[in-house]
Amino acid sequence: MNQLEIHNLAKFYGTKKVLKDISFTVRDGEFVSILGPSGSGKSTLFQMIGGITKPSSGTIYLNGKNINGKRGHISYTPQSASLLPWRTVLENVVLGQEIAGKKDLEKARKMIKRAGLEGFEEAYPHELSGGMKQRVSFIRSMMSPQSLILLDEPFSALDEFTRLDMQQWLLSIWEEHKKSILFVTHNIEEALFLSDRIIVFSSSPTTIKQEFSLPFPRPRDRKILLTDEFLHWKRKIYQSLSGDESEQLSK
Amino acid sequence: MNVVLKGWRPILVLILLIIAWEISCRLCNIPGWLLPAPTEIVQEMVSGWSNYNGHLLATIKLIIIGFLIGSSVGIFIAVCLHLVPFLRQAFYPILIISQNIPIIVLAPLLVIWFGFGMLPKIIVITLVCFFPITVSLLDGFRQTDRDLLHYMQMAGATKRQIFWKLEWPYALPSLFSGLKISATYSVMGAVISEWLGASKGIGVYMTLASSSFRTDRVFVAIMVIIILSLLFFLFILFLEKRIIRWKPGEEGNAYESA
Ligand SMILES: Nc1ncnc2c1ncn2[C@@H]1O[C@H](COP(=O)(O)OP(=O)(O)OP(=O)(O)O)[C@@H](O)[C@H]1O
Ligand SMILES: [Mg+2]
Repeated sequence: MNQLEIHNLAKFYGTKKVLKDISFTVRDGEFVSILGPSGSGKSTLFQMIGGITKPSSGTIYLNGKNINGKRGHISYTPQSASLLPWRTVLENVVLGQEIAGKKDLEKARKMIKRAGLEGFEEAYPHELSGGMKQRVSFIRSMMSPQSLILLDEPFSALDEFTRLDMQQWLLSIWEEHKKSILFVTHNIEEALFLSDRIIVFSSSPTTIKQEFSLPFPRPRDRKILLTDEFLHWKRKIYQSLSGDESEQLSK
Repeated sequence: MNVVLKGWRPILVLILLIIAWEISCRLCNIPGWLLPAPTEIVQEMVSGWSNYNGHLLATIKLIIIGFLIGSSVGIFIAVCLHLVPFLRQAFYPILIISQNIPIIVLAPLLVIWFGFGMLPKIIVITLVCFFPITVSLLDGFRQTDRDLLHYMQMAGATKRQIFWKLEWPYALPSLFSGLKISATYSVMGAVISEWLGASKGIGVYMTLASSSFRTDRVFVAIMVIIILSLLFFLFILFLEKRIIRWKPGEEGNAYESA
């Protein structure tokens, strides 16, 4: 079943056309990544799905319902971990549930433990490392009642080692909970390693340039990063992304 | 630790100034009604305690009541202006302009309208108190982190949830910087309001002292006012430290770089 369906979405800021005719779907329990150049409107797209910005035209359906301009249907994690600094880890984790109505502290404790953050329940965000903060904000999304999670470059601020650990950790948690994830990243390898499908955006005014379904089996192991097939895909995606630049250069 | 270590410089300067004052008073035989020596002031402060403790109590009471009302008004105005954009657009500029009116020129009007009771005094304190609080709290609300706000909105938070779970705690440090300024202003406001006409208070004690050329007592009054301001400031600082515990320790970085 298609959980998220986006039909012919376009967005203007004043006379500036940011998104032009975007259509794609995310199925139940699917992990879809969006790859696109900076300024191509990925964050803008998330704001529209989240209901805080209205599309100029087109429709967003969630489970068959039109959610244009409607809030509270998805769980969003911005680029910065965006934890509330005056709340402890535990209190931050239940924030999404609290907004929706009821909180489950027992489950929260379990998830914190599962994330390897046992003993930090009562710590404040400023006492955590960048990777730990990201884990907390990701558990917060997992704990939220919404079944679609939007992640906007969650790992871009992390160093390479932490990033790899976090990717694997994210997959393991996600495979347990089976929520749908729409993931924005600049990093081709990251998109390849994590996703079922990759959507490549052109630069603005943005259209969907290409869509790829990845064949890698799950659960995924870091070893696939070094296989020929992986490298082959990496080249393919890279060409798709950079085709854009050569077009622009030739103009 | 660091603060204490750095604190010795201003303290040393103060001590040197006081010593210079004392010595020049003695050497030049300056009469006490013109400029009393520090030792004389301290002496009067101790021995004359019974002369002014009643006044002191009255002033402290006035400050506390005035400050509580003034800061409540300040917080209330800030919240209203923040939650209702129309009100902010309409009243914010007027609020700023209102601060160009010196309180002293309003005082006689307040006496004409409200007499000599408690009310005009509390109005004076409120007028000097509310503004720093309103402005800093509004600033705090406006600086709310965009990413956090977007997170809350997309999660479907109501305006009320956003206010209580995000904007209010986010603005608390700003509120406290406003409260610290207002705490010292309220002491000044209380003394000014007592000059309008009161039977008791440090302001009254000061007027009496100056009209009878007891300059030493005028200085005692000044000392008492300084000490009161400092105590109120420290009290707010203490409250801030108790309430805002989630801030990273500022000492480390701020001083290490110096
Ligand atoms: N509120 C706004 N008003 C006007 N223009 C905007 C607004 N928000 C975004 N834009 C413009 O829309 C374009 C897309 O911005 P957006 O933040 O969505 O890009 P992005 O793909 O997320 O980029 P990045 O990868 O750098 O985060 C940019 O050119 C930006 O200047
Ligand atoms: Mg972005």
